[in-house]
Amino acid sequence: MARFGMAIDTTKCVGCMDCIVACKTENDVPDGYCRDWIAKRVEGRMPDLRMTITSERCNHCDNPPCVTCCPTGASHVHVYGKIVLVDHGKCIGCKACVASCPYGARFMHPDGYADKCTFCIHRVDKGQLPACVEVCPTRCMTFGDLDDPQSEVSRLVAGRKHFVLKPDAGTGPRIFYLE
Amino acid sequence: MLELLTTRNNPMIDPSLHVWGWEIPVYLFLGGWVAGAMVLSGWLMHRDPGTERPSVTRLLPWVGLVLISLGMVALFLDLEHKLYVWRMYATFQPTSPMSWGGWILIGVYPVLLLAGIAGLPPALADAWAPLGTLARRLRQSDARRALVLANITFGVGLGIYTGILLSSLGARPLWASGVLGPLFLVSGLSTGAAFAHMIARDPDEQSALLRSDNLFLLTELALIALFLIGLATSGVAQAQAASLLLGGPYTAAFWVLVVGLGIVLPLAIQSLMATRRIGHTLVAPMLVMGGGLALRFVVVAAGQASFWP
Repeated sequence: MARFGMAIDTTKCVGCMDCIVACKTENDVPDGYCRDWIAKRVEGRMPDLRMTITSERCNHCDNPPCVTCCPTGASHVHVYGKIVLVDHGKCIGCKACVASCPYGARFMHPDGYADKCTFCIHRVDKGQLPACVEVCPTRCMTFGDLDDPQSEVSRLVAGRKHFVLKPDAGTGPRIFYLE
Repeated sequence: MLELLTTRNNPMIDPSLHVWGWEIPVYLFLGGWVAGAMVLSGWLMHRDPGTERPSVTRLLPWVGLVLISLGMVALFLDLEHKLYVWRMYATFQPTSPMSWGGWILIGVYPVLLLAGIAGLPPALADAWAPLGTLARRLRQSDARRALVLANITFGVGLGIYTGILLSSLGARPLWASGVLGPLFLVSGLSTGAAFAHMIARDPDEQSALLRSDNLFLLTELALIALFLIGLATSGVAQAQAASLLLGGPYTAAFWVLVVGLGIVLPLAIQSLMATRRIGHTLVAPMLVMGGGLALRFVVVAAGQASFWP
């Protein structure tokens, strides 16, 4: 069984926000909300500053707190690629999953259910790439099966120095940022 | 120095999490109060079986039914997808304290109702023959023992789950403490005991409830100390979370409303009441109840403001 994840090369990402536009268009994300976003971290002391640009979204964690806290089973790990999804018809809108996500990756859709990145499962299912990956002009994002050691994403994670967001939260995030 | 700029500005998430407003703290408070009332009912039923004296045990289950219903209304109001609320009862999710709580609430209703019927005055119960028969059966020793056990079990379950509900949401370091479950349970017990001794008519019972309330308040102080020490001496995230209550924006509300006016002052007044240096006053129990409500508001709000760095 596949276990989908992403490697995002921070040395290539320029923060152009094409990934955000593509996601909003592809997934009909309502105005005022986003499933993915750009974060810019500036570290150091003048004049020795360093900026890291990251395209962020749900980390589709190996140990997802949003799934364990869900009282109805609406938040679940899908058998296909172990993608973390929300079944809108089961969600009661209690917001426990939103509170449990250390990444702030979830939001309450105006229609009342919890919403977030799906890794564009409807596209991946047809052999296409997630919309954000497809449109990236610098090709900084690589999507694929982390359980397949021959996949490009696995080779990048194995061969390049990388970090994940908030590792101390213990969620096992599956988006790896290459340095 | 680290400066973070983000394009994300999702409602209720940014700039800091605020998914739960007044509804959840009010529910947690009412749930805790009912939990305390159930445990105390069970204890009083066990302590003084078959009494003909006017016991608060007779009234507490009915008050509990009203309070838990109000709490469930608050919970319902908090839901964003209200028409799907039945989904909660179409499944049981063992890893979700919220799912446990939903089913515990279903069990609380019949237990409260049966305890209430058992305590009905014979004149009232006998107005309808089947009710009178049921009330008499429930007062028999076996049924009574079962009611005592059910009240205490469901009361403890209800009281402790409200704390575990928050502590299981690992993304919020302020809530990431095992002390939160016992703290909310003891706070519920102190709220329940305060209300019970406020309405008690029998002097012996009032005195016993007052003394037990003082014990609960002392225990609550100890648990609050453990809660803060545990957070402050853990990792960076928990220490930052503790600082919200130790110098941060929630410090005044926590120390003045929860600890000062909600625990220390009523404990001092009630200690004087317990030693009969002053007469019984409504001020102290009302302060205890206000403190219980303030505890839920502060913990829910400060918890949402805490995050993993």
